[in-house]
This record gives sequence, C-alpha cells and structure tokens, in this order.
Amino acid sequence: MAELFHRKLERNAMGFVLAIIAAASVGGIVEIAPLFTIDETVEHDPNMRLYTPLELAGRNIYVREGCYACHSQMIRTLQDEVDRYGPYSLAVESKYDHPMLWGSKRTGPDLARVGGKYSDFWHVVHLTNPRDVVPQSNMPAYPWLAERSLRVDDLPEHLAAQRKVGVPYTEEMIENASVDALAQADPEAFTEAGELEKRYGEKTTVRDFDTIATQVTEMDALVAYLQVLGRLTDAPLQNPDAPRGGGLPEE
Amino acid sequence: MQAETALGRAGLWFGIMLVAIVGVATARDTGFAAHATIIAIVAFVLMCMAVTRFDPLGSARGFFRMPEGPSRYDDDPIRWGVLATMFWAIVGMLAGVFIASQLAFPELNFGPYLNFGRVRPLHTSGVIFAFGGNILIASSFYVVQRTCRAQLAFPALARFVFWGYQLFIVLAASGYLFGVTQSREYAEPEWYVDLWLTIVWVAYLIVFVGTLARRTEPHIYVANWFYLSFIITIAMLHIVNNLAVPVAWNGSLSYSAFAGVQDALTQWWYGHNAVAFFLTVPFLAMMYYFVPKQAERPVYSYRLSIIHFWSLIFLYIWAGPHHLHYTALPDWAQTLGMVFSVILWMPSWGGMINGLMTLNGAWDKVRTDPIIRMMVMALAFYGMATFEGPMLSIKAVNSLSHYTDWTVGHVHSGALGWNGLISFAAVYFLVPRLWRRERMYSLRMINWHFWLATLGIVFYAASMWVAGITQGLMWREYGPDGYLVNSFAETVAALHPLYIIRTVGGAMYLAGALIMGFNIWMTISGRLREEAPMGAMPAYDPDKDRPVPRPAALEPAE
Repeated sequence: MAELFHRKLERNAMGFVLAIIAAASVGGIVEIAPLFTIDETVEHDPNMRLYTPLELAGRNIYVREGCYACHSQMIRTLQDEVDRYGPYSLAVESKYDHPMLWGSKRTGPDLARVGGKYSDFWHVVHLTNPRDVVPQSNMPAYPWLAERSLRVDDLPEHLAAQRKVGVPYTEEMIENASVDALAQADPEAFTEAGELEKRYGEKTTVRDFDTIATQVTEMDALVAYLQVLGRLTDAPLQNPDAPRGGGLPEE
Repeated sequence: MQAETALGRAGLWFGIMLVAIVGVATARDTGFAAHATIIAIVAFVLMCMAVTRFDPLGSARGFFRMPEGPSRYDDDPIRWGVLATMFWAIVGMLAGVFIASQLAFPELNFGPYLNFGRVRPLHTSGVIFAFGGNILIASSFYVVQRTCRAQLAFPALARFVFWGYQLFIVLAASGYLFGVTQSREYAEPEWYVDLWLTIVWVAYLIVFVGTLARRTEPHIYVANWFYLSFIITIAMLHIVNNLAVPVAWNGSLSYSAFAGVQDALTQWWYGHNAVAFFLTVPFLAMMYYFVPKQAERPVYSYRLSIIHFWSLIFLYIWAGPHHLHYTALPDWAQTLGMVFSVILWMPSWGGMINGLMTLNGAWDKVRTDPIIRMMVMALAFYGMATFEGPMLSIKAVNSLSHYTDWTVGHVHSGALGWNGLISFAAVYFLVPRLWRRERMYSLRMINWHFWLATLGIVFYAASMWVAGITQGLMWREYGPDGYLVNSFAETVAALHPLYIIRTVGGAMYLAGALIMGFNIWMTISGRLREEAPMGAMPAYDPDKDRPVPRPAALEPAE
C-alpha cells in the first residue's frame, strides 16, 4: 500500500518537491519558532547596557579576524567551567549580539568573562605577540592592529543598522557615535567623556586602551571590546541557581 | 539581427562593468573594493567575448582535450565541473595542511592576510563548498541525464550555474583573506555574495527540475530524490540563516537579523544541516548511482531506500541543538536535539547497508578494482562517522567532547573518509567516460591514492581523538585540594605533538589528491600506463598446496 503510494509519488516531480519541503521544514519550525515566543527563553535585565561605538568597532575587528574559530564566548553549566571561567553564561548576555559569537571550539580559552581579568597593557602585549606573555600559546600575532588608526566616520551608520535589527540605540547615540568612539579611547583630547557616560551608563570604561596617545587605533577598539566581555549585565552574578565557584566541588 | 543581440549583450556587460567600477571607487573597505574589481574584470572579459572573436573557453577546451562532436547527453558543463572539483580539492586541502601546521607552529601565521582566523574559513569553504559543491553539481547533471534519459533542460542556464558558482567561490574565498566574513560558521560569506549564491542556486533548481520534467523514464530514480532534497533544503537553510541588514550598499559588513540564543539555534540549524543536506544526502545520491554502476549490480533494496530517504530528511533537520548542549539554549531544545540525533543513527546506517549490500556477489572486486575499494571504504567511514555523531550528541559524552579536537576529528573522519573517498571514486568513474578514454591512465596510482588517503585519515582521526579526550580530561581535572589542576596554557602545550601528527596525516591525504591530479591529467591527454593488472592471482601450483613441513629443529628431543 505504502509502496504503491510511493510508486505514484515517484512519477510526479512537483509532488516530490512539495513532499520534500514538508518533511524537511517540520523540525526547524518546531525548534526555532518557540524561541521567539516563549518569554522565559531570555532573562530580563532592565540595566543591561549596550556596546559603545568603540566596543562595537572592536567587536567588528573580532569578527573580521575570525577569532570565533578558536575562542568560545559561552560558559557551560558545568562545575569545572564555572571554576575556570566564572558564572555560567545566560541568554540575556548575548541579547544584543548580532551575530552571536558563542563559538564551537576552544583552541584558546573561553572569553565570555575575560573583561577585567587582565590589564589593558597585558592585552596589548599579548595581541602584539602572544608568546611574550604565554610561552605555550599557539595564537597568531596581531601587531598591525596598533598601527592602523580606527575608522570612526561610518560608526553612525553601523549603529543605525544595529537599530534596524533590534538594538535600542537612540537617535542621540547614533548622531554622536563617531565622537563617542574617540572620546572613550582618548579622554584627554575630548571633553565629551561625561556625555558618553550619560548615554551608555556610569560603568563605561573611558581610557586610552592601547597606551598610544597619538591616535585611536584598531587595538584600542579590540581591547575595549575584550574588556567589556561579561560586564554588560550583572544578571549572571546574581543568578540564584548558579553553582558556587572555587574550592571543593559539592559532593 | 545576430549583430544586434551581440551588441545588446555587450551593452549589458558594459553596464555591469560601470556599476562595478563605481563600486570600486566608492567602496568603504578593501574587501568590497577587491570584490568590485573582480566583478568589473569578469564583466569586461564577457563584453570582449560578446563583440570580438575572443574565445578563452574554446582554447581552454582544446587545452583540456575535451571531445568535440555530438553526444547523446550534454556533458560539457560536467567536464568543466570535474576539472573544477580537482582544482578546488587541491586548493582546499592545501589550505587545510597550512592551517594544521599553524596550530603546531604558530610562527607560520603571516598576518594579516594569512592568519589562522582568516585562512580557516578558506579551508572549510574550500573543501565543503568548492570541492564538494563542484562534484555535487557535476555529478547531479551527469546522473539526472542518464537516469531520466533526457538532455539537460536549459543548457545555457546549466552553464550559468557552473560559472556562477565558480564566481561565488572566488568571491567568498578572496573575501575571507580580506577579512570579509559574517563569522557564521560554514556560512561566512557576506550579504552580496549570499545574494549571488541564491540566484545561482535557484537557477540550479530550475535546471534540475526542468530535466526531471523532460524525463522519458516514468519513475524518478532514487539518486535524484537525494539530489532534489539537497537542492531544495540548502536553498531554505541558506536564505533563513543569512537574513541580515547591510551597513551600506557599498560596504561588505552586515549585521545578522537574529541575536543571541535565537541566532545560535538558527546558525546550528543551518550548520548541522549543511552536514546533512550538503555532506550527506547528495553524497548518498552519488552512492546510489556510482556504486551500482561500478559494481554492475542493482541497488540492494528499493524499500530500504524509501524508508531511509524519508526518515533521513525528516529527522536530520531536528539535530542542530546538539551543538549547543549545556549552553544558554533552553533545556527542552537541547533534549529534542539529542533525542533526534540518536534516532538518526538508524536511517544513516540504512544508507550504508543499502550501499554495502549492493556489492553482494561482487565482493571479489574489492581485491581487483581500486575504485570499488574506495567506495567500500567511503561507506565504512560513513557508517563510523554516523555512529560517532549520535554518540557525541549524548549530553554526558558531549560535556567532555565539546569545544575539543574530538569534534574536529569526527568531522574529518566523515569529510575525508566519506565525502572525499566517494567523490574521488566518482571522479575516477567519470573521467574516462567524459573524455571517451578506455580507462584511467593508471589503476595502480588509484591504489596508491587509496592507501595514502586511508592512512592519512587514520593518522588524522586517531591523533584528534587522543587530543580531544586529553583536552577534555585536563580541563575538568580536580586536585585533592578541590581546585582545578591544569591552567589552559598547559592543555595547549600537551596537544603540540598531536597537532604535528595531524598535519602529517593531512599531508598524506593531500599527496593522494596530487597523485590523482596527475593521473587525471595523463588520462585526458590520452595516455594509458602499461602496468601489471591489479590483484592478479599467481597460477595454481599443486606442489605448494600442502601443509608446511615442520622444521627439524622443532622436533621434540627424544
């Protein structure tokens, strides 16, 4: 009976096409659609802050250099990961990440909470030649980042595009994106730093990240991004379900 | 009249060239400028071809000794496809050996353009989409014509599919080196390259379904079911996964439509089904045509092919979440992904069994025919990889294996063992038929290729298993004081020797592909190597047909 039905189906190219579309779409619809509709999928945090224009520019450098191929940004709910990297990652932390950079491979360590773990200077030395600070490292060197000045004139368009995909940047943020980027990395030369903190919150780090005072470089942007990883929201630290880190594992 | 159409066509190419030049002049980044330059050059060449007698393809056809004259089927795009397959195979594998060496010896990173992060997508796209994609398009055109007993519908569109796909590969590959990437694994090309691929892919679907519609056979042969589901589902996956908003029309960067957890599952819904519908389903289509042809035996079971086809395409699409175990993806989705991945073991082995059992009554050919031997080994690796996959998708196993090189080893036993070997076998089958030669230049070289590839995979997979398990265990090792024992840097150092072994394995596999390239070149040049036939048995000698006499020394001393 079933075989007879199939013999008929095999004689009809368009019928076969439709049958394939039907069979191959069910799984995706059932698994993906509810992620947009079920409210508990992403935790709520009204205090979650946005990437500043400089951090966004740094994130684009992270994307451009393909860092996701070796570094994850997703701490799993396993005791040893919590002990090594910090509280496990929550969905809300990458709520504004277009695209997400959770990664799939750890040739190098996870970076979800690397922000604040090392000094800016350590990052600059490490990116210039990783083996100067970690002799066993097999990471490529990125010395040219400190030589290239960062392009900031198109940042308003970047923020506008981000807003189109759902990141709540305001008109004011978009208008001032370029000057905000310069102000964050070079507080001496720009007096708008106060404005930047008003726009992005008091916890915004304003400093010369790459210690090269003469210009704002790609190194500034990348280090600013690395230093904010894991610090956009306090939600994971306040998570009551999180296992405690360090010391003897429970049982 | 003809002059008018030629002029019209030249005008069209001239217009495209002008737009591309404006793109170069106003480009916001080097990557976009480089891509616009490539397009301007292509448009310029096409414009010259339209108005002058300049015909690079004609001379290339002569160079590659492509047979002229009428034939029952439209084989010209398939010949080009086979050559492109071989070319991209070597490029993609070379990139693989290069990045494998970089992991062992980081001094080999020559930034910015040849750093690991930029060359890695060149390797993955090079082998999956350039090598794999070309043999799939070429073999599908070959198989659909033969099994439908019809010529390709829309021959001009079929040529557009081939050349358009090569342009896609060139734009994608050069883009990675310039840093043009979406950082979406296995979907790195940026928005305009994605749009171009969509156009090419729709044309591919039209040619394929059009040819099916012209068939003079009443039934659609099983291989075509697999090709059809590959073309349709890849279109669906590609479009949804690449939804994005570009920053500007003249810049390469775009921001994906989805963020965070939704983006994660969309990416792995795509990513895992790139494995399913690009690296499994259409390669099974190749198996369903080339294995029975080479073995000269009918497919083992028609019923099994129906059951495993429909269950495979229904189940595979659910498996994506197993890439996101223990992450911020909701538990219900992780569990669904795991359960369906384990169930997938069955239809996967259905395909392997149908392929291997087709050899019933022809098993002696494994000894004499290196092409059959390659096919059998490909199916064996398919079986192994599709057992390992469901096992790795179990959450408890995944907690150890995920983020480690075990995953890399798993992917390569599938890609090198299954996809690589079945493709090589198909190319060895196709070349003598497409170039109308008696046989390949050398069967013994195919045998060398087989052993180099097989040993290469063993080195590769074994070193990555050890590396992955070592890494996973070192990360989670606690000392008696209750603190973690190993720093991350120590785990990196521990993998160094294994990364060297992996590079050696990859180099052996590449060496096999180079021998193949030589063998194909000699075949299309019309040469036949004189060599002893494979697997010839020595003549029967009755004197030797007796028990081995016991050596005197071993006699018990009385």
